[in-house]
Amino acid sequence: MARPSPSRITRLATYAALVAVAFAYMFPLLWMLSVSFKQPAEIMETPPRLLPRALTPSLSLDPSSFPASLTQPETLAAYRAVFRSESFDFPLYARNTLIIALLSLIGMVLSSAIAAYGFARIRFPGRNVLFAICLATMMIPFPVIMVPTYILFKWLGWIGTFKPLWIPAWFGSAFNIFLLRQFFMGVPRELEESAAIDGCSRWNCFWRIMLPLAKPALAVVALFHCLAVWNDLVGPLIFLSHQEQFTLALGLQFLQSRSGDTPWNQLMAASTLIVLPIILLFVIAQRTFIRGIATTGIKG
Amino acid sequence: MSAHRDSLSAGLLWTAPWWIGFLLFLALPLGMSLYISFCDYPILQPPVWIGAENYAALARDPVFYQVLWNTALFAIVSIPICTAVAVGLAMLLNQQVRGQAFFRACIFVPNIVPLVATGIVWLWMLNPQHGLINQTIAAFGARGPNWLDTPLGVLASLVMISVWSVGSGVVVYLAGLQEIPEELYEAARLDGASRPRQFYHVTLPGISPIILFNVIVAIIGTWQIFALPFVLLKMTAGPERSAYFYTSYLYDNAFRYLKMGYASAMAWVQLLIILALTALVFWSGRRAVHYRAG
Repeated sequence: MARPSPSRITRLATYAALVAVAFAYMFPLLWMLSVSFKQPAEIMETPPRLLPRALTPSLSLDPSSFPASLTQPETLAAYRAVFRSESFDFPLYARNTLIIALLSLIGMVLSSAIAAYGFARIRFPGRNVLFAICLATMMIPFPVIMVPTYILFKWLGWIGTFKPLWIPAWFGSAFNIFLLRQFFMGVPRELEESAAIDGCSRWNCFWRIMLPLAKPALAVVALFHCLAVWNDLVGPLIFLSHQEQFTLALGLQFLQSRSGDTPWNQLMAASTLIVLPIILLFVIAQRTFIRGIATTGIKG
Repeated sequence: MSAHRDSLSAGLLWTAPWWIGFLLFLALPLGMSLYISFCDYPILQPPVWIGAENYAALARDPVFYQVLWNTALFAIVSIPICTAVAVGLAMLLNQQVRGQAFFRACIFVPNIVPLVATGIVWLWMLNPQHGLINQTIAAFGARGPNWLDTPLGVLASLVMISVWSVGSGVVVYLAGLQEIPEELYEAARLDGASRPRQFYHVTLPGISPIILFNVIVAIIGTWQIFALPFVLLKMTAGPERSAYFYTSYLYDNAFRYLKMGYASAMAWVQLLIILALTALVFWSGRRAVHYRAG
């Protein structure tokens, strides 16, 4: 009688544990998706059904009714209601979020790269002290400067505009400067030096040699910046004042808190609309995500 | 020998984006906040110097002590649990099995879900009647608690959500585990070390610098916790103010009660606490953390 070897049992146990853990972690998101397709009465059912009625293929007659159910009016009712809702203007909020993300992204990547190159390659007195200060600023959490930053922006007349949410990005961030400096330090100096002897200016060395080489690191910076803008609640909450300027995160928060009895299926539909692009981005850029976190340890 | 001439002006020019931003958006606000913390400043009128009165008022403020306690309690409970779960998951995900990338993705994705969406999804998970957690408990014949109605329930809920979003920590530990040379495990096995001993003598020392780093990041992060309780408890302080954290109170003082001076004093106390805690963790980590030679 063949008994499974211990290693096989271990293997099976590992698989079982992995499947259980993966299911537990995905479950809240699967449920969000499920509720977003349900009818209000269906949400309150006990026990709850994971697969919404509208998406359950009818066993009786026609198995091809499954894809057709997506086009039935009630399946996407919650999504339609969200799009029509006055308190959550999804296209407008998505546009606002993208404008802020794009305006800040360009500045963040460029400025961080330039400063990082300065710290990595230019030898100047006081460089190490400046860089140490730069590193130390990473320790200061935003709430500590939240109040004076608000006052400063109020003086500048920026409150109620997008400016507080993208102009500071044009001065880089300590974290991204650190990340890119580490990358630039790893590039052999010889590459630039031979170019410099051929008369290549410092800027051209940076622009034509270093930046193209740094694409993977720049991708990490860009990805995590977009993610931060997409997820940010505190910044828009403090600096924006009109509903037509809201970002998706802030809009969702208002839908949830202000309109009191928004049906759950609509809240879940709105949440799905916000989460889905992030998951798509993850699927597309999985390697960049994992590399970015593994090398930096930042929270997404 | 560099082919380019380096000079102070060139260095300052290249690093200008950073230091101008530093002066404008960090040093200036920090200085302002120090000044404002010694003022009465209801934002609509100009600030009036009142000396250390804000700090003295903080020392007398029972809500201040409560948010300090809530924040510390959350850190003390959630950081060890999240660290243990993250290390455990990293070891599980480090096993060479088919579908590894898929499993890793499943654990990681909750980490990048926007906090507002996280809050909404978990509000429904925690719903006393229809939430999945209480439905599961009911399936075993027991009655689940009203999670967000008691201080203990709020703490448990927040810890549960932190454990759910532990993904980035897992990825970091995973990278650390892969750095540990296989020879160390082989040597340990030759010496007859059991699995727990291998974990204690090889794995743990191998990733201890990463644990230290993550714990520091987590401590700083705890002092910023704001958005999640804000969404979960619909901008209230929660039962017996149990979901009221340091930054929540700071935010309310500044933007609800317009007490900018008081909020700035809180910000400076916060900065000093974070610096002190970080120094403490570094100092205590000097003995416990193993840095590989070289």
